[in-house]
Amino acid sequence: MARAVTTQRKTINTIIAWTIGLLIFFPILWIIILSFKAEGDAIKTPIAVLTSGWTLENYGVVQERSDYAKHFFNSVILALGSTILGLIIAVPAAWSMAFVPSKRTKDILLWMLSTKMLPAVGVLYPMYLIFIELGLLDTRIGLVVVLMLINLPIIVWMLYTYFREIPGEILEASRMDGASLREEILYVLTPMAIPGMASTVLLNVILAWNEAFWTLNLTAAKAAPLTAFIASYSSPEGLFYAKLSAASTMAIAPILIMGWFSQKQLVRGLTFGAVK
Amino acid sequence: MKIFVRALLGASALSFAVSGVSAETLTIATVNNGDMIRMQGLTDDFTEKTGHTVEWVTLEENVLRQRVTTDITTKGGAFDIMTIGMYETPIWGANGWLVPLDDLSEDYDVEDILPAMAGGLSHDGTLYAAPFYGESSMIMYRTDLMEKAGMSMPEAPTWDFIREAAAAMTDRDNDINGICLRGKAGWGEGGAFITAMSNSFGARWFDMDWNAQFDTQPWKDTLEFFVGMMNESGPAGYATNGFNENLSLFQQGKCGMWIDATVAASFVTNPDESTVADSVGFALAPDNGLGKRSNWLWAWALGIPAGTQKADAAKEFIEWATSKDYIQLVAENEGWANVPPGARTSLYENPNYKDIPFAKMTLKSILTADPNDSTVEPSPYVGVQFAAIPEFAGIATEVSQEFSAVYAGQQTVDEALAKAQAITNDAMEAAGYR
Repeated sequence: MARAVTTQRKTINTIIAWTIGLLIFFPILWIIILSFKAEGDAIKTPIAVLTSGWTLENYGVVQERSDYAKHFFNSVILALGSTILGLIIAVPAAWSMAFVPSKRTKDILLWMLSTKMLPAVGVLYPMYLIFIELGLLDTRIGLVVVLMLINLPIIVWMLYTYFREIPGEILEASRMDGASLREEILYVLTPMAIPGMASTVLLNVILAWNEAFWTLNLTAAKAAPLTAFIASYSSPEGLFYAKLSAASTMAIAPILIMGWFSQKQLVRGLTFGAVK
Repeated sequence: MKIFVRALLGASALSFAVSGVSAETLTIATVNNGDMIRMQGLTDDFTEKTGHTVEWVTLEENVLRQRVTTDITTKGGAFDIMTIGMYETPIWGANGWLVPLDDLSEDYDVEDILPAMAGGLSHDGTLYAAPFYGESSMIMYRTDLMEKAGMSMPEAPTWDFIREAAAAMTDRDNDINGICLRGKAGWGEGGAFITAMSNSFGARWFDMDWNAQFDTQPWKDTLEFFVGMMNESGPAGYATNGFNENLSLFQQGKCGMWIDATVAASFVTNPDESTVADSVGFALAPDNGLGKRSNWLWAWALGIPAGTQKADAAKEFIEWATSKDYIQLVAENEGWANVPPGARTSLYENPNYKDIPFAKMTLKSILTADPNDSTVEPSPYVGVQFAAIPEFAGIATEVSQEFSAVYAGQQTVDEALAKAQAITNDAMEAAGYR
């Protein structure tokens, strides 16, 4: 029997949830506010910032100084490209782990995840030399592969968890009906796992969009995504907080909008999937 | 038709042969500061003159350092020109990672580069990067608060005067701190300031045998004086304040004095950004009567990595960007207050520039800093606020973290100095210096 929750309890929970939510969102909100302030006002005390005038000047300066469209396009290619490539590799991998597990499946999954614990800078030089050798430096294709490799363990883990919830008997039935392995994965497994795959795609697009180590270190002028766009406005010698905030707002806006509209799938993915 | 195509190809080949260097696209890695942003806006002038186009990669200083170091050490060739500082240039030049700038044209007038800058950007007398702008450090102070305190700032004050003036200007009730200085960890932040300050107290990083010197009295005097003065008259939480934090405090009228980069003078006197723009005075960084002041020397310079395939076009760009004509171009477009300072002697002889309030003190500060003779006792390294050896950045970052812990009240001066001594000697031994 479900436990009854009192109205008072509900109200308290709602207040706590909103407070935590606002606290987490506050830095982003502050960045957005600063982006509409003059540089001189942006360094003032919080109250003075809020009461000072509003301006669109920073967005104009950022547009004039940087090629936002190019960086945005690169971010889209990298985020989507790495996620799609990751799915192509991860779906069969997760299928075999979920439906044809071996003694070492759990160990392999853990080992894959352990690669996420490796500090990226530790392999910077080998990776850089490989990129030079293959002519991949400052290319989108090179970064798509790197981002895919970084996120692959998470994609495999998430898909593995979703696939495990699909009854193996359904796949068996399709096999008895004469479906090949390709048909089994494409026409039986995938449609049933669509909600889980959608969460996986969303989370990995966000992770790839926000990746700021490899995208800064393996690019120059051509393949640089929005992370490089933001970095170009950071300065230890000079106060450009308002312009930096405008650049940051422009960079996070697409992912923020996408996150807002797909929050149900995202929450489901995070609470129901591999990282629950 | 075939004859026409052949004739066309022949004509193209001939035109390339006549023009020498064909039009190239140069990729330039640079930092985000006002001077560099202005240069990006004026690049069309370079393209018009040479036909070469430019792609800019602007990064935050620390990211840039990591990025260009990775590229140059692996000969990656991602950049044709790199914006580098006085610390990297002599080291990279000695390693053969930079193209020597020993064949610049006569029109460029290499002799016009300020000797201190040329010296700091050379190895064995060969220039490896051309200074785009140079800076030292100096005192920026509030003339109104100084007057209110009943004191008068000499052109070349001592540390004792600064401490006394700071205490007199401090007004905690009105949120005014007598002095704002860098305490933030990092070799280029608080580490740079305390090293430059220690020079005026007779301290040095190493003796002539590369032994660390943090166990000597001058270092103890430096740290104790700094901590004492900042606790009396500095802002709360100064252990985490760097250039930007202090700039913000000064512009909001919360600092009586600020000792920092000369480049800050144009910010604090800009009425659009600073609430105290009309009441700022300048003086040389303090000393202790030992013959060395506490000002540093730094330059952002343009160098060509040895891995580039476009060295000739890159040299053309460097000649354009660091020329006298470029300074004139900036002055025409943005005014004399915005020209890149500290690189050329002729700028300080220009009557238009002499009228800028901070120009005289900037030049004096630059001229009084000598990277080849920065310490009272002899030292084996080049550099004022750093030692130009590859190991320094890592060591100094760790040491400055220990010092910041003192500023934050987490350990004593003696504890920090003992740790600094051990960190430095261990690292130097591992690197084979000792």
